[in-house]
Amino acid sequence: MGFLDIRDVTKFYGQTEVLHRINISIEEDEFLVLVGPSGCGKSTLLNMIAGLESITSGKVSIRGRVINGVHPSQRNIAMVFQSYALYPNMTVGKNITFGLEMHGVSRHEREEALLDVAKLLQIDHLLDRKPGQLSGGQRQRVAMGRALVRKPDVFLFDEPLSNLDAKLRVDMRTEIKKLHEKLKTTIVYVTHDQIEAMTLSTRIAVLEQGHIQQLGTPQEIYNTPANVFVGRFMGSPAMNVIPARVAVQEGVPFACVTDSGDGEQLLRFSQANLAGWDGREILLGIRPEAITDPEGADRGSTNVVNLRNRIGVTEPAGSDTFVSMTLGGIDVTARMRADVNVCRGDTVDLAFNMDKAVAFDPETEKRIES
Amino acid sequence: MGSAAQDTAVHTGRVARTFIYLVLLLFALFYLLPFLVMLINSVKPLSEITSGNMLALPAIWTIEPWLSAWSTAQIGVEPTGLKPYFVNSLLMVVPAVAISTILGALNGYVLTKWRFRGDGILFGLMLFSCFIPFQIVLIPMARTLGILGMAGSTPGLVLVHVVYGLGFTTLFFRNYYAAFPTELVRAAMIDGAGFFKIFWRIMLPVSGPIMVVSIIWQFTNIWNDFLFGASFADLDSMPMTVALNNLVNSSTGVKEYNVHFAGAIIAALPTLVVYVVAGRYFVRGLMAGSVKG
Repeated sequence: MGFLDIRDVTKFYGQTEVLHRINISIEEDEFLVLVGPSGCGKSTLLNMIAGLESITSGKVSIRGRVINGVHPSQRNIAMVFQSYALYPNMTVGKNITFGLEMHGVSRHEREEALLDVAKLLQIDHLLDRKPGQLSGGQRQRVAMGRALVRKPDVFLFDEPLSNLDAKLRVDMRTEIKKLHEKLKTTIVYVTHDQIEAMTLSTRIAVLEQGHIQQLGTPQEIYNTPANVFVGRFMGSPAMNVIPARVAVQEGVPFACVTDSGDGEQLLRFSQANLAGWDGREILLGIRPEAITDPEGADRGSTNVVNLRNRIGVTEPAGSDTFVSMTLGGIDVTARMRADVNVCRGDTVDLAFNMDKAVAFDPETEKRIES
Repeated sequence: MGSAAQDTAVHTGRVARTFIYLVLLLFALFYLLPFLVMLINSVKPLSEITSGNMLALPAIWTIEPWLSAWSTAQIGVEPTGLKPYFVNSLLMVVPAVAISTILGALNGYVLTKWRFRGDGILFGLMLFSCFIPFQIVLIPMARTLGILGMAGSTPGLVLVHVVYGLGFTTLFFRNYYAAFPTELVRAAMIDGAGFFKIFWRIMLPVSGPIMVVSIIWQFTNIWNDFLFGASFADLDSMPMTVALNNLVNSSTGVKEYNVHFAGAIIAALPTLVVYVVAGRYFVRGLMAGSVKG
């Protein structure tokens, strides 16, 4: 049994089942990110942990104590909201200590706790201001201060960075990560941003339509996605999912794909377990950074396959150049080095790092286990 | 906000602007005319009025009619002036406004932040009470007051006005709180604040503008009410409006127009004061919630 335990939790709104038997167990100090497209049920799940939504069936427990039906204030949790939800009529200091006051903590202790948190978040000069006089980033800090001051068992973050502009979002992301490493707190964090999920978490739960698609470390999620949805959702640009046919020659499986000239090309798989799929259709999942110009190919890879193809649009992005082409009848994106010299319509050699390729069953869309 | 207002303002020339102000000023004066007539006739002796010159300024200035209206004029059978009834009105208006506003705020808070099954229908039904004509409820209300033992008393009148005003105050506060972020209430719940703590510490402190709307609305309506006052009040709970009517109708022999004018102004004064003091918040409060700042 973990520190925070979610057992067979379901949620119904009337007849509609929005969460289907969710099972997640995390240890103390873990940073769990719930990620998924909007409407996948991630915020509902967070609200159920917070006690703001009822649990239809199943159990949620913290430190072994079942908290179903326990009032939010008695769960020893703290939450940071997307809109920050700072009380507009109170000063920053009051905002931070309001929860302590409601829990009957003495004035003296409140002041001490406030100073500690304010120093930690570098907002000690703002304590007498009203939220309306703060910038977005400062409000964000105050909202975190309000959560931190309670010293809760679990922190809940509901898309805390999505109201900030792009640059500030990256800064605050780093700061949250630092804070987590410094304070060793248990965090459940909801976001729709897969980069936030990858950078912050110790574990990620990818949700879609009320189902957990995959629960694992960022590396597991990124390198071995459980299905096509996870592969496409995590990573930007999205993973290429190319229709292919398996051809086994002398016991070695190959992916047979149609190139832009309607010719067939072979890509040797690194995994041997696809031998049983000889002649059958699969979906080849390969991330843009695993398709490069031959000079830029990963030298650590054991299996780089070169393939000639005609390229379409090139998009220089500064650090890389994204190149799109037709392969297997669909648009495929490759990620080449910034200064690579290719133009629209050229036929060039591409290096496929097949160590990083995965295969999906086209019917179930699940990854074929290696 | 400031720049937006500038952008949307229509730019007009100086001549056009002068013309607009002139016309507005004329209209304002025209609307003030009745008040002016009341005012100048309330400070002149009766003989000057009866000699037929109502629009002229007084030849002899006197505050005698005001003093008479306030403390000695004949109201019904008693020569008490309007003073005791003014007090009656205050004793009725202040609790009625306070109670209906607080209850309206509570209703609005529950209807927006503690949603329950059928809350929309309930709110719709409460809105209906805004459209019920006074006359329809007279007899049921008289029965109810009789059963409660509150007939002919100031608390009885307070109850009537609270019941009648609740539809409006609920409407005001519900619409205002609908625009108030629910996340704040959730944050306060997690912080450990209960139902009334959230209301008192989070909701009420930001309700200033709509509070003003509710108070002005309720104050003017209750202060100016005649029908309920005439129907449900006794001699010792009779409000100002009814007393004013009695003053005008019960003069022995001569009609003291100057005293009547003074009495009418005294009766209107509290609502005027409320408008002057809080009027500018009125529009602001009505607009709040409809336009996101």
